[in-house]
Amino acid sequence: MLEQILFWLLAGGAILTAAMVVLPPVGRNPLYGALSLILSFFFISGLYVLLVAHVMAVLQVLVYAGAIMVLFIFVIMLLNLSDKELGQSRKTTAQFIGVLAVSAIAVKAIMVVSSATGSKALMAADAGFGTVDGLADLLFRQFLFPFELVSILLLVAVIGAVVLAKRRLT
Amino acid sequence: MQTGNAVESADFFTHAELLPWIVLLPLLGAAINGLFGKRMSKGAVTFFGVGSVVAAFVLSCIEVSRLAELESGALASTLWTWFSSFELHIDIAFSLDQLSAVLLLVVTGVGSLIHIFSIGYMRSDEGYWKYFSYLNLFMFSMLLLILGKNLLVLFVGWEGVGLCSYLLIGFWFKDMPKAEAGQKAFVTNRVGDLAFLIGAFILLFYSQGTLDFHELKQTAASMHTDQPVELTIVCLLFLVGACGKSAQIPLYVWLPDAMAGPTPVSALIHAATMVTAGVYLMVRTNFMFSASETAMTVVAIVGAATALMAATIALVQNDIKKVLAYSTVSQIGFMVAAVGVGGYVAAVFHLMTHAFFKACLFLGAGSVIHALHHEQDIRKMGALKKKLKVTRWSFLISCLAIAGIPLFSGFFSKDEILFTAFTTSHWGADPKMYVFGMLLLAAFCTAFYMFRLYFLTFEGEYRGDKHTWDHAHEETVMNIPLMVLGFLAAAGGLLGLPHFTHAHFLHGWLQPVLGFVKGKAPDGTPLEFIQVGGENAFTYVHDTNTELMLMGLSVLVAAIGILLAWRLYKRPASELPKAPVDAWWHRLLSNKYYVDEFYDATIVRPLRGTANLLHKVVDVGLIDGLLVKGPAKTLGKIGDGLRMFQNGDVQAYATVVVVGMAAALFFIV
Amino acid sequence: MTPLLASMSQTAIPLSWYLAVALILFAIGTIGVLTRRNALVVLMSVEILLNAVNLTFLAFARHHDNMDGHVVTFFVIAVAAAEAAVGLALVLGIFRHNRSVNVDSMTALRN
Repeated sequence: MLEQILFWLLAGGAILTAAMVVLPPVGRNPLYGALSLILSFFFISGLYVLLVAHVMAVLQVLVYAGAIMVLFIFVIMLLNLSDKELGQSRKTTAQFIGVLAVSAIAVKAIMVVSSATGSKALMAADAGFGTVDGLADLLFRQFLFPFELVSILLLVAVIGAVVLAKRRLT
Repeated sequence: MQTGNAVESADFFTHAELLPWIVLLPLLGAAINGLFGKRMSKGAVTFFGVGSVVAAFVLSCIEVSRLAELESGALASTLWTWFSSFELHIDIAFSLDQLSAVLLLVVTGVGSLIHIFSIGYMRSDEGYWKYFSYLNLFMFSMLLLILGKNLLVLFVGWEGVGLCSYLLIGFWFKDMPKAEAGQKAFVTNRVGDLAFLIGAFILLFYSQGTLDFHELKQTAASMHTDQPVELTIVCLLFLVGACGKSAQIPLYVWLPDAMAGPTPVSALIHAATMVTAGVYLMVRTNFMFSASETAMTVVAIVGAATALMAATIALVQNDIKKVLAYSTVSQIGFMVAAVGVGGYVAAVFHLMTHAFFKACLFLGAGSVIHALHHEQDIRKMGALKKKLKVTRWSFLISCLAIAGIPLFSGFFSKDEILFTAFTTSHWGADPKMYVFGMLLLAAFCTAFYMFRLYFLTFEGEYRGDKHTWDHAHEETVMNIPLMVLGFLAAAGGLLGLPHFTHAHFLHGWLQPVLGFVKGKAPDGTPLEFIQVGGENAFTYVHDTNTELMLMGLSVLVAAIGILLAWRLYKRPASELPKAPVDAWWHRLLSNKYYVDEFYDATIVRPLRGTANLLHKVVDVGLIDGLLVKGPAKTLGKIGDGLRMFQNGDVQAYATVVVVGMAAALFFIV
Repeated sequence: MTPLLASMSQTAIPLSWYLAVALILFAIGTIGVLTRRNALVVLMSVEILLNAVNLTFLAFARHHDNMDGHVVTFFVIAVAAAEAAVGLALVLGIFRHNRSVNVDSMTALRN
């Protein structure tokens, strides 16, 4: 029961804070959006814990909330956008149609998913599930090559970011 | 039969290395001048333009002398197979036989002289290089026409000369009437060309896939017995083609207008060479015409009628080039009439002498026009013999030649036509005498209008303005061709002395091509036959007394014409007879029998009306409005609607993707 | 393993609930990508999208009792870090060029 209450709190919080990023009244200033998103990440991290993905929950907080979102906020403050530079957000038919289509997809998908997986509760996890041990075992044996590739990708991203940020676009 | 022909052809023809080069040299000249002429100096343009034609003339002389040394057969050279499909097999091939040899020497020889003349005439024209490029292209096409071994190569040349004629008539295309004259020539020629092409297709149907002239002889012989009607139709279609190219009734109307081109062009294309292509075609396919009596009758009547009609129109013309133009139509009428009575030799002979004296006359006219700053009205000329000595003498010689004064070239050739028309036995005496009478009357008119032209231009008093008179002069580079052509106009007739002298060179020379057979009548009079499939199609009586009698008659007629012109026009300006402009006959003639008006009313206007209707209602309304612009407008509207999706906004694109995804999801699940 | 965590592993929540949450988050992210004009907000919406996907991976990992989903999530977080670095660098560059981070001003693709 406690778990279900936790789930509803976490899920509701994640959805609400994520919606605040996107909804115009709050998202008008990107700084509020970013802060709201950090909150959302914390809630999601909680959901990870419920899913017995402890390592991921920690990483979520460390990397997303700690690193990526700090970078966002840093850039937002660096740009220090005025109202004029933020521009007038226009409401167009295309936007309306897009929202409608996305909502339709989401509703339909939820209906399909729930009918397909049913309401049967998840079974209890194994002893080693979600531990650093288990993850490290997979990561450094079976997925060693992709792991190394990701490190190269990060290197490329760093170099790319530096080059892009330094060069004046023409 | 196919293989039999091929073997015989192989035996008949001797390979000739230089033959293609005669054709290709002018093309090379045209290409060089056409592509680079604008940036080359005038000297270089002259070198390539004139040099290529003179070189072709030299090569022609070499090849013709080779032909003369052959015991039998002809020269030929096959470049490549043009196309081959089942039975049909057409080569790009040239052949040089006795007939094409005559034409070849005339075309390259007279062509060279006219090219040289053009150096002087066109010197100050800004389109100098373009002019020589066109002229060389014309020479190429004309040589293709003459040397083509089969009907299709001939047709390529036939179309080529038509194109060049159009280009050169409209050479000064900024002048609207001149451009229109070019179009008129082109369109009129198309009528004839179409008939020619249809004829060639019909012929192809019966000839087992060959259009080679040498092999067509058998076709003609077999058609003569099996499909006489079809053969006649082919011949008549060829006649219509010849009428277009050679300016005969009913398609002659373009030639007088064609005088809008530069005068050397008139001399080369519209007097000496291209316009005789129709005659050449008919002589080339003589074996077909001989085999069709009906076609021959029509040919003779068309020729004689054209000769007389054009000669009468020429009587009242006041433009020096128009007189010569109608004279050309008339003279070609003589040649066509000669073909129609089976006098192929006479036709070729007259074609040759006509090329000499008419080219000389046109160049003389060009010299006059050049000297008088483009004045062409003979009423404003006179007494030019004092200023233009060489021109005057060559012009006089040519006038004597065309009028038919003994010992000048035209006398012999015109006499032979009259003689042939008089003695031929292809059909009954009465229509034959009509043809003969019309030709004789045309000869009288010819003598009169030519000397009217001569006296008004070179004798009497000068009637133009003084400034022009003071500056009138001749140019050496233009005088040389005049002198050479004048000489040829005087002496060219020696190639065909009358039959009683037994020294008719051309007659013997052309015998292998035209294939007539000598014989004797029961009373000992020498006869000649043209045979088709072993039968005698034509018989000529070579009776000396008749020949002498006819000569006397034609000289008498010519002399009367000249003397009449002398009495009327060799006078001071104030005493010149006034043209009876109000007389019905003068109006009829000066309006050219209202033929242009007639064509305008019966063909041009209805066509234009129909075209207008089709244009306004069908094209603009239905096709443009509904079928073309309708979908375009609809699509435009749709496009306007779709443009909001194509605005370069990635988010809009993504929206489309998402909408598509939604649609797919609801469609599948 | 602590008692709290152990009790949590005795979960009574069905898989479909997690998936529903993930779908709603994904829809929110998509709407942000489609409708927001501020490039920074668009980038943040992309982060929401990635998180929604991560959530499904982890839920399925739990469902199948197979930790491969954790590995994928790990990679996604790494890629998200790289994406954020490059994306923010681009936004900086574009801002220097256009004096705006409004995607309406990024019309180099037009025509």
